Amino acid sequence: MKEDPGYYDYWPYENRPKIEWPNGAQIAFWVAPNIEFYELNPPPNPYRSPWPQPHPAVPGYSIRDWGNRVGHMRQMQLLDKYGIRGSVSLSSALCDHHPEIIELCKERNWEFFSHGIYNTRYTYGMTPQQEKDTIKDSLESIFKHTGQQCAGYLAPALSHSEYTLDLFAEVSSEMFGDDGGFYSCDLFHDDQPTPIRLRNKKRFVSIPYSLEMNDTIAYLVQKVPPRQYGQALKANFDRLYQEGEQSGTIMCIPTHNYQVSCSHRIKAYEEALEYITGHSNVWIATGREIASYYLEHYYDDALLDITSKLTKV
Amino acid sequence: MSEPELDKDYLKYPHRTYGMDHDRYKWSMLKDRPKINWPDGKRLALWVNVGLQFFPLNQKGIPFKVPGGMTKPYPDLRHFSLRDYGNRVGIYRFFKAFDRFNIKPTFAMNTRIAERIPYLLNKIKEREDEIICHGFHMDAIHYGGQDKNEESELIKRSLDTLRTLSGQAIKGWLSPARSESDNTPDLLASNGISYFCDWVNDDMPYPFTSAQSNLIAMPLSTELEDYHVILNNQHSAESWAEQVCDACDFLIKESKTEGGRILSLNIHPWVLGQPHRIAQLEKVLEYVSTKPEVWSAYAGDILTAWTTDQG
Repeated sequence: MKEDPGYYDYWPYENRPKIEWPNGAQIAFWVAPNIEFYELNPPPNPYRSPWPQPHPAVPGYSIRDWGNRVGHMRQMQLLDKYGIRGSVSLSSALCDHHPEIIELCKERNWEFFSHGIYNTRYTYGMTPQQEKDTIKDSLESIFKHTGQQCAGYLAPALSHSEYTLDLFAEVSSEMFGDDGGFYSCDLFHDDQPTPIRLRNKKRFVSIPYSLEMNDTIAYLVQKVPPRQYGQALKANFDRLYQEGEQSGTIMCIPTHNYQVSCSHRIKAYEEALEYITGHSNVWIATGREIASYYLEHYYDDALLDITSKLTKV
Repeated sequence: MSEPELDKDYLKYPHRTYGMDHDRYKWSMLKDRPKINWPDGKRLALWVNVGLQFFPLNQKGIPFKVPGGMTKPYPDLRHFSLRDYGNRVGIYRFFKAFDRFNIKPTFAMNTRIAERIPYLLNKIKEREDEIICHGFHMDAIHYGGQDKNEESELIKRSLDTLRTLSGQAIKGWLSPARSESDNTPDLLASNGISYFCDWVNDDMPYPFTSAQSNLIAMPLSTELEDYHVILNNQHSAESWAEQVCDACDFLIKESKTEGGRILSLNIHPWVLGQPHRIAQLEKVLEYVSTKPEVWSAYAGDILTAWTTDQG
């Protein structure tokens, strides 16, 4: 085990090279709906239990199923209304289980990135080869069902190994060259993209995905009331928008249909979306679009700047 | 020290095919189903479901301690008596509120309540409100790995006794802690249950496959439950009321294009029946019941209307 994952160097949030998003936008805004499949009876993992209840875990399983049966359409209609294309954090087995949902997203030209195969299969305990196989499986699934060369990765249930990001970059390079596998949502250390150092030297970035704005963290872990979540979304946007005048920032709202789409919560979410998209200098984008733009325009300058600021004690 | 290894089947996905990963019900998106019309042109069925619960002092906690149950060493008088408060005091505040706003409440009653508190049972019988069975008591949990004969006997005893005491047919069921075994749905169906309310995966009724008969799953929201919002999430009663009113507004709006909807409120007299919270329940009932689109009805009547409208 290591003291530090070693993906990036310290890079202070001041005096960085200025980022300007397309059309002079000062903030890149993206919404990442997690569209997940949880298994009712997954195989056991020695490091983490999928359900707090004994099988069958009716409460946990059924509310997540609600997200697919009911919640998905609600959020999709909202994103349509505000001109937002979702960047789907996808349990790729959902392509097999619920192709109707995949079709709805495809019709809208949403992006799909990999969130593993099932959200009830954890990376913990896998050999690097096993983990590589699961990542490859999920990328193949996404390509087969959507034609997309998956660009991003968020480990299933945020379960990682020391090799997760390397394996994703390597598998995607084998499959798609530089056209796929170039950003990660697994790191929460910044409000701007960060070049990530990997074994295969791929041009690869971390794109801010925000645990703090994640509806499940807000509602399930922090247990905040809906309107407080709505306020937090607006406050998060206000500050990042303001700072984006100096250098472009990123705001992400990661969502889960079984949380944000509940009838008592969707109003707070809608008000935040209306507020955010009502500002003029907002680039409404997908994860892939943001990562691609950054890699093309700012990645090299960022590397030079980071290197120049590595000071010795 | 060697690290734990993964099961050899950890990378196999035997249920990775179209639909669900089990055969209890069919995969279906709500948007793809026929739009429902409630009686008299109503859009939103209001299902107020009141849990009448007995938490035994000598809780066994098998296989887990029921949420809301005893947490302290025996005898946990604080939790026992505070739960009992609901059945002695809080419920009478509920009755007043229901009558004031013409609400038709459904009572999910532990059979042990019917046995222990005949006064309360008779009161509900006189009101002619619907009673559904909420299991034997809150410490009689149905769970995976439970002996099938034991569970079968528990369900039969709970239903037979409640039917005898209440004089009602008892067609609905809500498991304590909504916990089930794989056998629970089949056992309920074979004991004359038509609908159960444990699964929170839909906003409308849907068929739940059972070997014995056509069981229907009825959507009783956990997310809007008083216990969940106020005691688990630690939101204020005022916030609970605000959330319910927001849900009501949203569902009425959705019902105008997507067909009739259900607002289900699962509430407990030991939570909302407290003097400092009851006004919030009254506020909610006033807000919802004065909407012209709202139809307050018993769970069984909502199910009947749904079945009839589907043809």
